Amino acid sequence: MNPLLDLSIVELAPRIAAREISCSEVTEACLARISDDNGRLNAFITILADQARADASRADAEIAAGRYRGPLHGVPVSLKDLVDLAGVPTTAGSRVLEHHVAAADAAVTARLREAGAIFLGKCNLHEFAFGTTSEDSAFGPVRNPWDSTRSPGGSSGGSAAAVVTGMGFASIGTDTGGSIRIPSAVCGCVGLKPTSGELPCDGIIPLSWTLDHVGPLARRVADAWLLFQVMAGNRNPRALPATRVPPSSLRLGLLKPYFTDVLDSGVRDQFGIELGRLAKAGVAISDRAVPHATDTATIYLHLQLPEASAYHAPVLEAHPDLYTTPVRQRLEMGRYVLAEDYARARFGATVLRREVDAALEGLDALVLPTVPITAQPIGSTALTIGGQSHPVRALMLRLTQLFDVTGHPAISLPCGRSGENLPVGLQLVGRHGRTPDLLTVAATIEAVIGQRDQR
Amino acid sequence: MEAWLRAAVEDAERRGVPDLKPLLEGLAQSTLMLRAADWNDYVPGDGKAEGNETGTRR
Repeated sequence: MNPLLDLSIVELAPRIAAREISCSEVTEACLARISDDNGRLNAFITILADQARADASRADAEIAAGRYRGPLHGVPVSLKDLVDLAGVPTTAGSRVLEHHVAAADAAVTARLREAGAIFLGKCNLHEFAFGTTSEDSAFGPVRNPWDSTRSPGGSSGGSAAAVVTGMGFASIGTDTGGSIRIPSAVCGCVGLKPTSGELPCDGIIPLSWTLDHVGPLARRVADAWLLFQVMAGNRNPRALPATRVPPSSLRLGLLKPYFTDVLDSGVRDQFGIELGRLAKAGVAISDRAVPHATDTATIYLHLQLPEASAYHAPVLEAHPDLYTTPVRQRLEMGRYVLAEDYARARFGATVLRREVDAALEGLDALVLPTVPITAQPIGSTALTIGGQSHPVRALMLRLTQLFDVTGHPAISLPCGRSGENLPVGLQLVGRHGRTPDLLTVAATIEAVIGQRDQR
Repeated sequence: MEAWLRAAVEDAERRGVPDLKPLLEGLAQSTLMLRAADWNDYVPGDGKAEGNETGTRR
């Protein structure tokens, strides 16, 4: 692979600014990688080769003229195909939107464009982000870069596959139950879900309006920090502080018991190894609980299903055949949730939020695995753990959806590989509204447990 | 929940989506869990959800 594609954004940006590397050179390297690997992985639905080349050429001209926009200037990135890019189709991975072309940029797209990012294309996903495997897409399944017979997770599966293979330096995804963090964990990159409401979702097709988040998938925490700041509207993003918090000053809360009860042995072993490394580095780790964590899935279901159905109701009524069967069935289900149960779930979400706040007291962050299992074979629907069969979808969501319900910021970091050589993710959860603090903690943890592997 | 489930399954069949039946049965189980959660015993806004253990029981 072109060594340029091994760089992180924070390594690449100063070289672009100094004109050691041109934006066109970097963009060509990414497009070549897409040309080589997209046939195998199906990570992109739309590839904007000509547009990206033209934008890169303009970016080079701007730098030559002395107008350097900042650390995203000339950096090739991709967008989950749920996020609008003016003049380009937004398909949501569905036949429903087969002929839909975005009239304007999404709010985050516009901010990235203003910061100088180059858009390589739109990434494949689970149809309308309503699934955790990226298999149910009108454009075919996305495949995991580590083993193409396996799912990359979802719903931002194409984004994660693109980031870990060098088909762009970052991607913008969405997370309603874990859709940024799940594919980041099972593909081996960094995935950030900021605090609820911190980044605007305007111009992004909704799944569930009270649970939806937008955020970056990247190779390093420092890259996620830059992307987060730009998408939050900061026109002059500062770099992540070079002076890291020493590990010995960090206090993490290890969430138990619900969060460690059902773990695949490969994840349990690797997560345990990394916790041991953190403890050895001086991080203080104590046990914490969220008393009603076992109610998370039912609360989530009674919020997410009716909200998704409300958005899709007109099309679902007129053209149900345009959806993939599993997604259509889930959308139909939401029409049967009673208003009183939706209201109960809203109250339950408040209870959970207070319990996560309480669990964070006196700590810098909570720590837990991101996903209880590694990448699963495409098509698998159930998995036995500890002698009990579990639906793959429930396992995928088990450790992430709580923080969509409560709105706390959460980030997944690569945490080594299982015995099957498949990536494992470690998740950190921070205080409400304190995403920058969480990223600072994550940078320290990343330095201890190592950075992502690239395929 | 039994009456709700019966009505929902009948409605799904009438609307030509009988494949929803097993999913509706799963939803019914989940709704039972939601309604049985102990925090339903507390009135929203009574302080229990604010972390105050002295919330008002219904």
